[in-house]
Amino acid sequence: MVLELQKPRPIWQIMFSTHHTDVGLLYLIMSLGFLFLGGALALVIRAELFLPGAQIIGDAMTFNRIFTVHGTTLIFLFIIPFASAVGNYYVPIMVRYKDMAYPKLNAIAFWLIPPGGALIWLGFADFTWYATPPYSIISAPGPAADMWIFGLKILGISSVLGAINFVVTILKCKHPDMSIGQVPLLAWSFLSSSLIILVAIPTFAAALLMLLTDRLGVSGFFNPVMGGDPIAYAHLFWFTFHPEVYVLVIPAIGMMYEIIPRFSRKPIYSFNSGIFAFVLLSIVGFSSWAHHMYATGMSFTEKTVFMVGTLAAVPASAMHVFNFIATMWNGRIKFATPMMWAVGGIALFFSAGAGGVANAAMPLDFTTHDTYWVVGHFHLFVMGTIAFGSIGFVYYMFPYVTGRMYNETMGKVHFILSFIGTVLVFFTQHVLGLYGMPRRIFDYPPIPEWIAMNQIVTVGAMVIGVSMAIFLVNMIYSAGKGKLANTDDPFDLGGKYYYPFEAKNPSH
Amino acid sequence: MSGHSNWPEWVYVGVVIALMCWVGAEAWEAERLVEHVPADAKTIIVTGQQWFWTFEHEDGTKEIGELHVEKGKAYKFEIHSKDVNHAFNIHDYVVLMDAIPGRVNTVWFAPMEVGTHDIQCREYCGLIHYNMRGTLIVEEPSS
Repeated sequence: MVLELQKPRPIWQIMFSTHHTDVGLLYLIMSLGFLFLGGALALVIRAELFLPGAQIIGDAMTFNRIFTVHGTTLIFLFIIPFASAVGNYYVPIMVRYKDMAYPKLNAIAFWLIPPGGALIWLGFADFTWYATPPYSIISAPGPAADMWIFGLKILGISSVLGAINFVVTILKCKHPDMSIGQVPLLAWSFLSSSLIILVAIPTFAAALLMLLTDRLGVSGFFNPVMGGDPIAYAHLFWFTFHPEVYVLVIPAIGMMYEIIPRFSRKPIYSFNSGIFAFVLLSIVGFSSWAHHMYATGMSFTEKTVFMVGTLAAVPASAMHVFNFIATMWNGRIKFATPMMWAVGGIALFFSAGAGGVANAAMPLDFTTHDTYWVVGHFHLFVMGTIAFGSIGFVYYMFPYVTGRMYNETMGKVHFILSFIGTVLVFFTQHVLGLYGMPRRIFDYPPIPEWIAMNQIVTVGAMVIGVSMAIFLVNMIYSAGKGKLANTDDPFDLGGKYYYPFEAKNPSH
Repeated sequence: MSGHSNWPEWVYVGVVIALMCWVGAEAWEAERLVEHVPADAKTIIVTGQQWFWTFEHEDGTKEIGELHVEKGKAYKFEIHSKDVNHAFNIHDYVVLMDAIPGRVNTVWFAPMEVGTHDIQCREYCGLIHYNMRGTLIVEEPSS
């Protein structure tokens, strides 16, 4: 690993490097930066919704822009680049290769992200992360929408380049002595998610171009006035972005597969069922996209097909949960910070999945669709599962990246506050949805139940905000002043089941 | 991983699959019943546009923002949109259907009690999406 802060180098050496740990470090710092930016927008949204009426944002348009950029940022500029950061650090080491297969391509994939992110943030579009046509074609104001489209285009290219690199590194560059079945599950998670990206992203790439030419007025793919159909966009979008949900969640599950056995001091209960569940998820992930569209007027048959496709993903997810619990069973578990985050993430993953079953069931979907239930549901995945796994992994990587230990007490306080906040925010949002509050609204009528629940949600969000401030302080302070880590076994777990990190980088 | 038996995992996966089959079958049966529109349902044409709802009854009466219906009768909504996507929603009666320009979607309901309920838009439609609201008023039958 890098141990950057023990052997300081000029920053340009890192920026223009193509070495996998350097690119990984760039990904890591940038994605965490966007985590804090996107999270700050969430706090603004919650402050606004604390009471009915305008609170801190003057107008609905600003509010609409904020939730659009919040979602776009955290999905495309935090979750995906963060996974790439971990992949860059770990995949070459796990397959015992000197670097990624295409180091220059790797650096290019990273350097496409800052311009993409800049376009999204400078434009500040308002048409939701779904870019809903025909609103986005005929109504969305100004160059913001076009900047968003170009930004997403660039980020999509970056994802595809990264995915090609991971697939080739794992399949072609793994050590000849290593069979594909011996590749650790974290690397398997990158193989699965990269293959999904390669199949899924081109569809959305096409849809984005069509959206752009529609906006320019030279085509009418999604514009009913010119004979197009907005539902076609919905199919193209969700064909990419339902599988993309698995692209987001699978690396986080992979990170938990790295943390859970390590801190349980036991091997994984069933390595093969982990691989099987990854592969199964990447296949059935493609059979459920239109469950986002029950209320667009689909026929009974279509709805039935997509309900079955959605429910088919549940056993594979459940196998991961089983595998984690069976691994921890009878283990000598050490509840250090990374383990707490991983276990918390598994609990929330289970809750999110249970809520998803209710969404998938056709009649129930008409109660929950486009309400705060859905907001609570997918945030239990993106925050409760993916961010929890990722933040746990930040703590896990910290000694390897900086050569120093983070403050354990602050890490635990961070986890406890975040867990309480997450439960308060997203479980309450489920109930709020059952009471009928639609998502993406700037203001709401003073219905007593809505006000009470919105206030609970806002308080929970502020608790998460405080915990993230503790996280930021801990990372910055400990990176410079934390006590030196024993990089052979920073968590004092004993060597027996410890992944061999002796493959430290010779060039640093 | 060799050396230990996997039967708990097989049992567990079997239970999960059985649960999913049960959920799927129940949902299929319920949705089949819900989608069956009664033959005597009266048609109401619902039009969504930025940012209000218009209703047209079979007798040609038009209403804006308010919808008057009679208790104990079935109504079929034909949902249109004039500009962008909306979603017509009476949450208390689990009525939800997207209003999509260029398409006509249908959904039906039969109010069983007198009272007023909120109508709202549940699909993002721009600046005043949050206030694209209306009122459903269920009255005693007139005859």
